[in-house]
Amino acid sequence: MSTAVHLKGVSVAYALAGGGKYEAVQPVDLSVRDGEFVALLGPTGCGKSTLLNIAAGLMAPSSGTCDIFGERLSGLNAKAGYLFQQDALMPWKTAEDNVAIGLEVAGASRREAHEKARAMLAKVGLSAFGDRYPHQLSGGQKKRVALAQVLVREPKILLMDEPFGPLDAQTRLIMSELLLDLWQQDRKAVMFVTHDLDEAIALSDRVVVMSAGPASRFIGEFTVHLPRPRDIAEVRAEPAFHRLHAEIWSCLRDEVRKTYGLPGKAGAEQGAV
Amino acid sequence: MPISRGKLLGLQILVAVGVFAFWHVVTNWSVVGDVKTMRFFFSTPYDVIVRVFSMFMEGSVYRHLWITLVETILAFVIGASLGIVIGFWFARKPLVAAVFDPYVKMMNALPRVVLAPIFALWFGLGIWSKVWLGVTLVFFIVFFNVYQGVREVPQVVLANARMLGMNERQLLRHVYWPAALAWVFSSLHTSVGFAVVGAVVGEYLGSAAGLGYLIHQAEGVFDVTGVFAGMVILMGFVMLIDGIVTLVEKPLLVWKPGETKTV
Ligand SMILES: Nc1ncnc2c1ncn2[C@@H]1O[C@H](COP(=O)(O)OP(=O)(O)OP(=O)(O)O)[C@@H](O)[C@H]1O
Ligand SMILES: [Mg+2]
Repeated sequence: MSTAVHLKGVSVAYALAGGGKYEAVQPVDLSVRDGEFVALLGPTGCGKSTLLNIAAGLMAPSSGTCDIFGERLSGLNAKAGYLFQQDALMPWKTAEDNVAIGLEVAGASRREAHEKARAMLAKVGLSAFGDRYPHQLSGGQKKRVALAQVLVREPKILLMDEPFGPLDAQTRLIMSELLLDLWQQDRKAVMFVTHDLDEAIALSDRVVVMSAGPASRFIGEFTVHLPRPRDIAEVRAEPAFHRLHAEIWSCLRDEVRKTYGLPGKAGAEQGAV
Repeated sequence: MPISRGKLLGLQILVAVGVFAFWHVVTNWSVVGDVKTMRFFFSTPYDVIVRVFSMFMEGSVYRHLWITLVETILAFVIGASLGIVIGFWFARKPLVAAVFDPYVKMMNALPRVVLAPIFALWFGLGIWSKVWLGVTLVFFIVFFNVYQGVREVPQVVLANARMLGMNERQLLRHVYWPAALAWVFSSLHTSVGFAVVGAVVGEYLGSAAGLGYLIHQAEGVFDVTGVFAGMVILMGFVMLIDGIVTLVEKPLLVWKPGETKTV
């Protein structure tokens, strides 16, 4: 399989308004194979969104390179669909128009674009909300519109920044299942940022753990050997799931505590980040 | 707690009644000063209302209303178009904006009244000198709003639109244009109001027709009743235009988070 995204020695330092700089990410290497689902896990502020921005071509790395399917990326990554962490819908377009526009600007007819948009909205459970404007939607509904907006274009690479962040536990499960379903039908390369350890393991082929910032780096890489296709609800009951969970959590725990200025702590508390 | 429409309207009418009653009292009884002097300076509400009615009945006022309306519309359309085009241009070309910034500020700081005689000289005493006076007022409001609107599109919305595959032209059409338009519409009341001001001030300072001309004529012969009648008609005219603006903007701004209604 070819490599969809290849970050080579990528570091990022932000210029600060006062003139100094903030070293967000130390040189890291990451490659995501075509069709591979990689979860990016790490304490808040460690640079997960930063790395997605690099892969999307929205930002150039301070050092290192980013290759997309073997080609050096300069400018926007046209092969990627990006689900942003923040609200990024166009407030002046309805949900349906927001989803359809990505197809329309690519040359699809208005009718075809809107048919596909409606179908995708139905998949994320929003068929009744197509004519709503973003401000009339709940946080979770907006996120699902954004998900539909990205998925409807069928990009080769999916960059997802906490796509299920503001959803309740049940919807989260349904959305994860939907995502997994769609991904199983047509395997794309996925970079998936999440704070939810369970979600990361249940969905991905590989979990990459980042250290706390500043100058964060990769401190762990775990391959998920659970069989596919997976049933998200059932996979959590497997012993292999629990072993991996404990392993990753022990790697992550101290980093999370560091972010809040707490001393590292031995012991096996479990939980989400 | 929101006040009911009926109660609000009642209170608003009460204010008007109060003002008229006060006006009536001081011009009919010598409470503040001698009735004759008071009437000379302030006329009486009754006379003013009668005058307004007779102006409409005999029909002399329609021509003036029409002229002022045409000037207002032209001033708004030309001023807003220029404001939109130049606002866009400045927002997309930072160098242009930086170079012209001090000049834009200087021009905007200039009180427009001083331009009226010059415009009369350049464009004659007909409607165009008034139209251009209105344009100088409307232009800056629309210009600043479009400039602001285009520049303040959230970065993430822009990044998202780009990731969705939009090129520059499509960004203009689907992102910058609606964002700018929202700002234009949110300042619609102000800019239309200024179009009226430009027209009336222009007429007042030199013309042969329009509401401003009517008021100026009455002042020239110390016809205080005429002045007040002119002002009353002008106020009605402005309210009417403002009401039309409200009707027009409503469907255009549905996407804007406003007051949330529950039933
Ligand atoms: N434009 C910027 N200028 C300066 N520093 C920035 C900028 N953007 C991000 N940072 C810093 O870089 C670090 C990484 O930010 P990033 O948004 O990638 O974190 P994250 O891992 O996505 O966090 P979260 O999980 O909270 O979303 C943070 O410490 C942040 O303060
Ligand atoms: Mg983030």
